[in-house]
Amino acid sequence: MKILVCISHVPDTTSKINFTDGDTKFDTNGVQFVINPNDEFGLTRAMWFKEKQGATVDVVNVGGPETEPTLRKALAIGADGAIRVNTPATDGFAVAKQLADVIKNGGYDLVIAGRESIDYNGGMVPGMIAGLIDANFVNNCISLEVDGTNAKAVREIDGGKETVSTTLPLVIGGQKGLVEESDLRIPNMRGIMMARQKPLTIVEPNGTTTETTTVKFEKPAPKGAVKLVSPDNLDELVNLLHNEVKVI
Amino acid sequence: MSVLVYTESEKGNFKKIALEVASYAKAVANQMGTTVTAITINANDTSELGKHGVDKVLKVNNPKLDTFNAKTYADIIKQAAEKEGSKVVVVSSSADSKYLAPLLAVQLHAGYASNVVAAPTSASPFTVKRTAFTNKAFNFTTIDTDVKIVGVSNNSFGLVENSGSASAEDFSPSILENGVHVDSVDKATNKVSIADAEIVVSAGRGLKGPENWGMVEELASVLGAATACSKPVSDLGWRPHSEHVGQTGKPVAANLYIAIGISGAIQHLAGINASKVKVVINTDPEAPFFKAADYGVVGDAFDVVPRLTEKLKEFKAQNA
Ligand SMILES: Cc1cc2nc3c(=O)[nH]c(=O)nc-3n(C[C@H](O)[C@H](O)[C@H](O)COP(=O)(O)OP(=O)(O)OC[C@H]3O[C@@H](n4cnc5c(N)ncnc54)[C@H](O)[C@@H]3O)c2cc1C
Repeated sequence: MKILVCISHVPDTTSKINFTDGDTKFDTNGVQFVINPNDEFGLTRAMWFKEKQGATVDVVNVGGPETEPTLRKALAIGADGAIRVNTPATDGFAVAKQLADVIKNGGYDLVIAGRESIDYNGGMVPGMIAGLIDANFVNNCISLEVDGTNAKAVREIDGGKETVSTTLPLVIGGQKGLVEESDLRIPNMRGIMMARQKPLTIVEPNGTTTETTTVKFEKPAPKGAVKLVSPDNLDELVNLLHNEVKVI
Repeated sequence: MSVLVYTESEKGNFKKIALEVASYAKAVANQMGTTVTAITINANDTSELGKHGVDKVLKVNNPKLDTFNAKTYADIIKQAAEKEGSKVVVVSSSADSKYLAPLLAVQLHAGYASNVVAAPTSASPFTVKRTAFTNKAFNFTTIDTDVKIVGVSNNSFGLVENSGSASAEDFSPSILENGVHVDSVDKATNKVSIADAEIVVSAGRGLKGPENWGMVEELASVLGAATACSKPVSDLGWRPHSEHVGQTGKPVAANLYIAIGISGAIQHLAGINASKVKVVINTDPEAPFFKAADYGVVGDAFDVVPRLTEKLKEFKAQNA
């Protein structure tokens, strides 16, 4: 089985979010970039398929040279090879278009993406890839088993979960649950050394095709101060919730 | 030309978000000088839609469609959009709609903007306001394609009542077979889901252990609320993963979010910030959550929560 794990290069969860150029660009100053958490669960699940079922695992990112340390980290965790499509990730569709070509050219059976990236939260890429390459698709995937060309997956739904069976080629939008938090791997020295020898192939983009454009960013209005209620006066809290903000 | 809206139902009844996306579609239709058509799949009584801005309903009824299937449903919505010549398709942010929307976008060659929180700021270029960076910011996005898909964030636009009524028409699209088969659905029927809840009661590591969640559930039950938890609580196995909210868990956009014994780490706040009113109960007055909350009680959850529950019971009894 050939697996491709899509890796989004995103600001660390603790990053301060600021914008430059008249609020048109994300300010990367002082921001640490990491593997998108949803993708990290998928990558770890892919490692399991590699170790238990002999799968090969490549990772891919659509982005400029600045994303290479993130791909190297994925190699250090255990992926066999990395691909970077050399173009900025402008919108979900443009990224999916690039990835669809990488998948067709590489003959991948299983594509593991994250249900969303934590920067733009679009939640578009996995489904769009599936649509573009006409593969089966399971979103919000919290469990995945593959046996030959058959797959069983569990999808999180609002208020519960759903078990599905499907076949390869398959694309999933993964998240926590694919593996447990405690199974996530931190690259060790040996992994980091080995990663340096592994191939990181740079592919030129197949033209650009965006469907949407981000024109401007805005930060939320600053919050007013908290109103403190004494623990001995909980009637007041009930009153405020009922009369002031009318939520109960 | 009419704006098409996919109004989701469950066991024949519309979900609240269906009425919200209908209200949203009406706002778009007003801006564009056109009408609203809703597509429903196995819904019973569609009259509610008319009261929320829908002019016409395309009713699909087919027992084959009793279980949601993203690709099949996307294909039906596509057929409806083509029939109506719709340039704008509106969907919700439910797990199902977020599943089908990217598939629909590819089928319709439509640009898709998800997490939209307000009516378009301009109809041409078609510009919408969306959340980004898990609620730490907004971005304004133009959709540049001829056909456009808007995914509306739950509980962001609200319900807008309308005096109109909707005509209904049976619609029999072709049903696409597809390669994902649903074997079983496991859904707690007696509990409010976090996605649908107007009130969410959430608790963190401050509760010390899973045995102490009784008071959280009781508070939630008095309020008709969903229960949620912080990430370490689910990592420790005190509560199921499905309750984990935050940047890496489920997003919460409730009217009221009550946080008990949760410190308010940035990753937690990011996921729940879209909630309208936030109440925090924490022993530590320095807990970062107090900076993000509207109301706060500095106190011990083991003392405050049971007493608050009693007060709310009294309140409910008086206001029943
Ligand atoms: C990559 C990444 C992603 C993350 N994603 C998420 C996420 O999605 N969601 C999330 O929640 N976290 C997330 N976190 C974790 C986050 O950083 C915090 O560690 C976590 O939110 C803390 O949980 P907590 O508030 O329950 O626990 P703590 O931080 O331990 O806080 C417990 C609080 O309880 C209070 N307390 C103690 N006793 C009582 C009492 N008797 N009564 C009242 N209050 C009491 C304490 O004062 C304290 O403020 C993420 C972290 C990382 C690194």
